[in-house]
Amino acid sequence: MIADFFAALFGVTLALILAPFLRTLINRTKARMAGRQGPPLLQPYWSLARLLRKGAVYSTTTTWMFRAGPVVTLATMFGALCLVPFGGNPALLHFEGDVLLMAYLLALGRFFTILAALDTGSSFEGMGANREAFFSALSEPALLLGVAGLGAITGSVSISGIYGRLGNSAFLGSHLPAMIFILAAFVIVYLTENARIPVDDPTTHLELTMIHEVMVLDHCGVDLAFIEYAGALKLWVLGLLITGIVFPVSTGSFWLDAGVSLACMAVLQICVGLVESLMARLKMGRVPLLLGIAFVMSTLWIMWVVR
Amino acid sequence: MAFFLLLSLLMYLLSGLASLAMGRHPAWGTRIVPFGSAAASLCALIPVLYVLAGGTPVDLRAAWSLPVGSFHLHLDLLSAWFALPVILVSPIVSFYGTGYLRRHDRPRETDACGFFLQLLTGGMLFVLLASDGLLFLLAWEIMSMSAFFLVVFEHEEHEVQRAGWIYLVATHLGTAFLFAMFVLLGSRCGSFDFGDFDGLGGVADVVFVLAVVGFGAKAGFFGLHVWLPEAHPAAPSHVSGLMSGVMIKTGIYGLLRVMVLANDWPAWWGWVLIGIGIASGLGGVIYALVQHDLKRLLAYSSVENIGIICLGLGMSVFGVHSVGPVALFAMAGALLHVLNHAVFKSCLFLGAGAVIQAVGTREIDLLGGVQKRMPRTAALFLLACAAVCGLPPLNGFVGEFLIYLASYWSVLPQGLPSVNPRVGGFVVISTLALIGGLAAMCFTKVYGAVFLGEPRSGCGSSATDPGRDMSVPVTVLAALCAVFGLGGSLLMLLVASVAARIHPLAMAAPDMAPLREASAVYLNVTLAALVLAAAVYGLWRLRDRLLAGRVVRTGPTWGCGYPHGTPRMQYTGSSFAQPIIAAFRSLLRSELGGDWPAGYLPGRSSFMTHTPGLFMHRFYTPLFAAFARVAVRMRRIQQGGTHVYVFYVVLALVAVLVWSLL
Repeated sequence: MIADFFAALFGVTLALILAPFLRTLINRTKARMAGRQGPPLLQPYWSLARLLRKGAVYSTTTTWMFRAGPVVTLATMFGALCLVPFGGNPALLHFEGDVLLMAYLLALGRFFTILAALDTGSSFEGMGANREAFFSALSEPALLLGVAGLGAITGSVSISGIYGRLGNSAFLGSHLPAMIFILAAFVIVYLTENARIPVDDPTTHLELTMIHEVMVLDHCGVDLAFIEYAGALKLWVLGLLITGIVFPVSTGSFWLDAGVSLACMAVLQICVGLVESLMARLKMGRVPLLLGIAFVMSTLWIMWVVR
Repeated sequence: MAFFLLLSLLMYLLSGLASLAMGRHPAWGTRIVPFGSAAASLCALIPVLYVLAGGTPVDLRAAWSLPVGSFHLHLDLLSAWFALPVILVSPIVSFYGTGYLRRHDRPRETDACGFFLQLLTGGMLFVLLASDGLLFLLAWEIMSMSAFFLVVFEHEEHEVQRAGWIYLVATHLGTAFLFAMFVLLGSRCGSFDFGDFDGLGGVADVVFVLAVVGFGAKAGFFGLHVWLPEAHPAAPSHVSGLMSGVMIKTGIYGLLRVMVLANDWPAWWGWVLIGIGIASGLGGVIYALVQHDLKRLLAYSSVENIGIICLGLGMSVFGVHSVGPVALFAMAGALLHVLNHAVFKSCLFLGAGAVIQAVGTREIDLLGGVQKRMPRTAALFLLACAAVCGLPPLNGFVGEFLIYLASYWSVLPQGLPSVNPRVGGFVVISTLALIGGLAAMCFTKVYGAVFLGEPRSGCGSSATDPGRDMSVPVTVLAALCAVFGLGGSLLMLLVASVAARIHPLAMAAPDMAPLREASAVYLNVTLAALVLAAAVYGLWRLRDRLLAGRVVRTGPTWGCGYPHGTPRMQYTGSSFAQPIIAAFRSLLRSELGGDWPAGYLPGRSSFMTHTPGLFMHRFYTPLFAAFARVAVRMRRIQQGGTHVYVFYVVLALVAVLVWSLL
């Protein structure tokens, strides 16, 4: 019990420290694919440090809502981080239905991000806010249904329970196709929620095509640092849901499990970087279709699980 | 205990009459209504709490001079639970109404409004207590008719007349089905007393269908919901709050009351309820998203929440035939959502009422920046918005959490033997998730377009927060949203005894243990909420500490290099809903119009969208037009000449004679 707690605490600490590094991995991959050298390894940390040292400019249109957005978003990411298991160990907080709390905490953060964007009165940010709201509404069923599928396979209704039992090889044989479809759905949800290509382009400067980046156009300094950090944590939190499926092994040794999870997370980010290098962003009208595909894939487990 | 119930009903009636009689002294008359309502609520609260705490159901029979039916009041756990929102919300709404109507300056209508408000509240309580078919219909009519008179408050306006008319027709069409249902039950069981309806006279399936249609018209099931988006905008805001938050729940109550009397719940009932849940939930939220009228939007959102409740009921039907806590969780979730929706939806309507009164329009796209002028109303409205989206730690999350949990349980391999509940759970999870996401989109649209940004028109440039008489009730309701959310565990314990004793669930011994566990589990959510609040506070302080002593400037919003932006260029509520209009084109059939910009130097251009209610437009209007056409033809035999009618009488006599001879 105590060991579990410290293990979970270790996982959370690791996330808090290493999450910004995930950006480096993605950016390095993209740079290599493009034949460039890429930014220094610690660039995200330097960026955060510089942002934290800056002053701020607030629009006269904005109210406390604009200032609350980044704060609440980061706080909800801390909350979500406490609910996701790391390396086969139960999370800091785990109970029946914790997946709902996690999903709805993300929704709470999004709710405030969207309102903060609308608080500026800028059309561009309104555009991004509305796309974010719509696309996340479409991706949420895929996430919750996918977890339900994993629950149906493992017989648990808590994320920690599910990911703790996935390591049991008995599930692998008969349920392998179901797991693959859920994994595919999760990957699409991952790219959507983290505003990556093919749904969103995190690097473009053209406001008309952006979703997440355009929502935070007016934020600067400390606020922007909070948002960037929350984004990094989101990469980590949702990434754990994927790495837990890909490498469900629990060897019994905590350090080995943690190492495997970290390696897996790194590979995932490299894959994200590869996707970004090899694909173009989808036309905005096509994104609902992609999310529809994710939803369909997250439903297919029912063919193997419910007979 | 029965004494308190009668006293409470009597108080509603007397305070209503007294407010009418006090027409000469408006200062007194307006005070009688809220205080009468509060006193009556307190009176009713005693037996309700007594029953909820495990006391014996309160039963009262009195002399009755009609040949059929009986005066039989009965307060059991189910009625007590549904009485809670009535008791809780109606006095608050009534206090608000006093302040709201004072600003309207229509003394005659105000008196009548006070009277009918008392009659509506008393009528709702009466409906929940009536334990005889005839008495129930009587109470039902009192409730429905007083709601009609409240809806037509501004009776000289054409729109209001139309809304009142639609409501009246809809509610009576529903009542017609209830008549048929009770007549069928009465003839099968030999009495109209609910106690004799055990097993629903062997025609449970027919009764269920009649109940779904009859009560569904009141509850606002999608397809039967057409009166909601008409009546709620027309009525004064506190009345909309009461109708939308509380009155439509009597439809759910009626349906459950009938279902409880059945011996068993067949699986197809579950599919019917889940189907209604999907249609109402998704249909409600999608239509809500595309509305331009603030109160119409809230009305559609009520349809959505009724859908969520139906999803819970449907899961509960599936769960009955299986081991595990599915039925209990789903039923408890549905019941909790009944209470919670009453709180946050009335809060939203009251908040919206304050805004509408201050700015003088219901058009979302004409507003903007209201938060700066009405900061307190804005904060309360925001809280209620977050609650209606089901965001933790507010009260909307509690019921949805249980319904989700039931669905997650139902797909587990060890849970249920048959396929129905597992597929049902699967459907419910995906529907609830989609509803949740779209609801978040809908209410960020409302809050963003109305309260944030810059004003889009001159509407309400002098708006301010309302006085204490209107802001205190809204504050109380918003506080209840937070308290019920944080105290979700206690609510679960309270609802456990109600859900566990609902008839088919309790066929084995009533087992509340799973809900007790769920309530303990929910403590984690409360804990997480507290941690979250601490984190928000800490981060806020951190930001302030970091920014202290640094240069913090203000300036215009970044306009991407274009310096001549005007508030009219902001994203509007309609633009926010545009992807929905595009994605659900075939369902919504929105009408797009206006002059598109043309040429290299475009002149004046305009754009409009309008989304008519599909059912109203494509089904009810043609249906009633056909009726009208038939009626016009019938006029030929109604000429008004006496000799013609004498001829009809003779004709009828001859016909009877011939028929009796044959």
